[in-house]
Amino acid sequence: MNYITSWCRIRQNVVTANGQTVFEDPASALSGFLVNAYRHLQIDYPKFYKMDRLCQLGFLAAEVLLQGRILKEEYPPEAVAVVLANRHSSLDTDARYQESMNGIPSPALFVYTLPNIVIGEICIRHQLKGENTFFVSEQYDIAFLNDYTGQLLEQGAARAVISGWADVFQEQYEAFLYLAGQKQTPGSVIHNRQNVSALYGIVDAGS
Amino acid sequence: MVFIVSDSVVSPLGFNTPRNFAALLRGQSGVRQHLRAAWSETPFQASMLDDQALAERFLTGSFGDEAWTRFEKLLLLSVADALSQTTVRTDDPDTVFILSTTKGNIALLENGAPSNPGLLLNSPARKVAAFFKSPNTPLVVSHACVSGVAALLLGKRLLENGRYRNAVVMGADEVTRFVWSGFQSFQALSDEPCRPFDSRRKGLNLGEGAAAAVLSLEPQRAGQRAPVRILAGALSNDANHISGPSRSGAELSEAVNRAFAQSGVRAGDIGFISAHGTATPYNDEMEAKAFDLSGLNDVPLNSLKGFFGHTLGAAGLIESVLSAQSLRENTVLSTMGFEALGVSRPVTVCTQPLRQPLEFCLKTASGFGGCNGALVLGKSYT
Repeated sequence: MNYITSWCRIRQNVVTANGQTVFEDPASALSGFLVNAYRHLQIDYPKFYKMDRLCQLGFLAAEVLLQGRILKEEYPPEAVAVVLANRHSSLDTDARYQESMNGIPSPALFVYTLPNIVIGEICIRHQLKGENTFFVSEQYDIAFLNDYTGQLLEQGAARAVISGWADVFQEQYEAFLYLAGQKQTPGSVIHNRQNVSALYGIVDAGS
Repeated sequence: MVFIVSDSVVSPLGFNTPRNFAALLRGQSGVRQHLRAAWSETPFQASMLDDQALAERFLTGSFGDEAWTRFEKLLLLSVADALSQTTVRTDDPDTVFILSTTKGNIALLENGAPSNPGLLLNSPARKVAAFFKSPNTPLVVSHACVSGVAALLLGKRLLENGRYRNAVVMGADEVTRFVWSGFQSFQALSDEPCRPFDSRRKGLNLGEGAAAAVLSLEPQRAGQRAPVRILAGALSNDANHISGPSRSGAELSEAVNRAFAQSGVRAGDIGFISAHGTATPYNDEMEAKAFDLSGLNDVPLNSLKGFFGHTLGAAGLIESVLSAQSLRENTVLSTMGFEALGVSRPVTVCTQPLRQPLEFCLKTASGFGGCNGALVLGKSYT
């Protein structure tokens, strides 16, 4: 049996942790909202400002998800997986990079034209060295991603998994991440499709 | 157990696996000098498919009158060829399509709006799966240069957990101005044919191509070419830098060791390594350290980047398919461009095709975002 010990959702300029609102900024456009959330959460990680918006979104969601927990001390770093999906891959940054090609293209921008870089940023921040995969699907396919996350845990490919959705394109965006693992904590729920759907949906109904 | 029951490679060297394999044995490379006035005044080295050869080949197939992009044509050619050699049916609910790519139809961004739905990576996957009458939603893996290895591992896992009985794993990427300019901005491109693991290596050559591997739980679905097993695989992250590899190679080594532990295969059982070997100074050095840490110093190793260039999201798949063919042919392929060892750990770079009995091989890949992947393939005696 595996358990979801925390979850985070960021959409419509609201950041929630385990269903509770931790930050709201209804007036800002996406870029401003992400920076305001970073400041509000009092994170000290200057590299945040170099990231593209997909990485900023995923980074913030992972910060809220872990809230000061040091995952690499709970599990061996190589036993923590990160499995994410989205709809637009890195298209938000691809479009920026395409425009920049008229001038002098920047390697600092080009590196973000891959969707898995957000996984890399989360792994660097939290020193996680386990399995990684980035999927692209039309919408958040809970059945598939939940089953795959469960399989990694059950087959021993990972002992904890950060799993979910992080998507950015122009002003459309959404992130939903959860942490599933072998350890049960107060308030944790069993990791299965129904519970993932419910956590994703409850936040949905409340927003 | 999961088997590769048929496969195909589409590259400037040929439109199926045996033709590509034969070209590699002859020492033929797809890398040559190209000049694209709209990209740069300076010519560059890359392995690119000739548009006319591609168009002619495409006319020999029956792909309907849909408006296929060039990227989609590469996928269709490789999938159709692979499917022609297996009894796996794509209209079967037990068969799923998996696409491996980094940039998909990114060429559409050159002259169009970012809102063009063809730019979504799901678009080509859905079109190709629908063409082959798949009743299932295709899956897409986009995980930098590890994509192909990750897609094969995903296919293996989906078959093992009983979700499907067969998977068509397809991968492709094109050399576009977008990708070329990005690697150029990184100063990662060599102005000469690339030299993996060599002391004079100075960067990579880009390449384009496609590959397909049909996976099945049923080895009897293979045609004339013997099925090859996917024994195990693992992925890892360096957690070090988004655009530079690990300094120690420990994380790639960790993925290799996990794949070994799962498969029950030991370093001494491995007949050869198909390395990532991009010919950038840092990648090849990191890989040599990883192989050293995993005790693989004496195992013959190749990089196929000198033949195909770096085909990004297709690379892991193209190289896995050719590794499977190496097992069938009991022949380790050589490393085009290599002359003198230029990494800090002793590794055994294969300079000539090596005929010897082979049982197992190791395929590795690494990429931006600090990702690493390892697969163990083995002969099948069913």
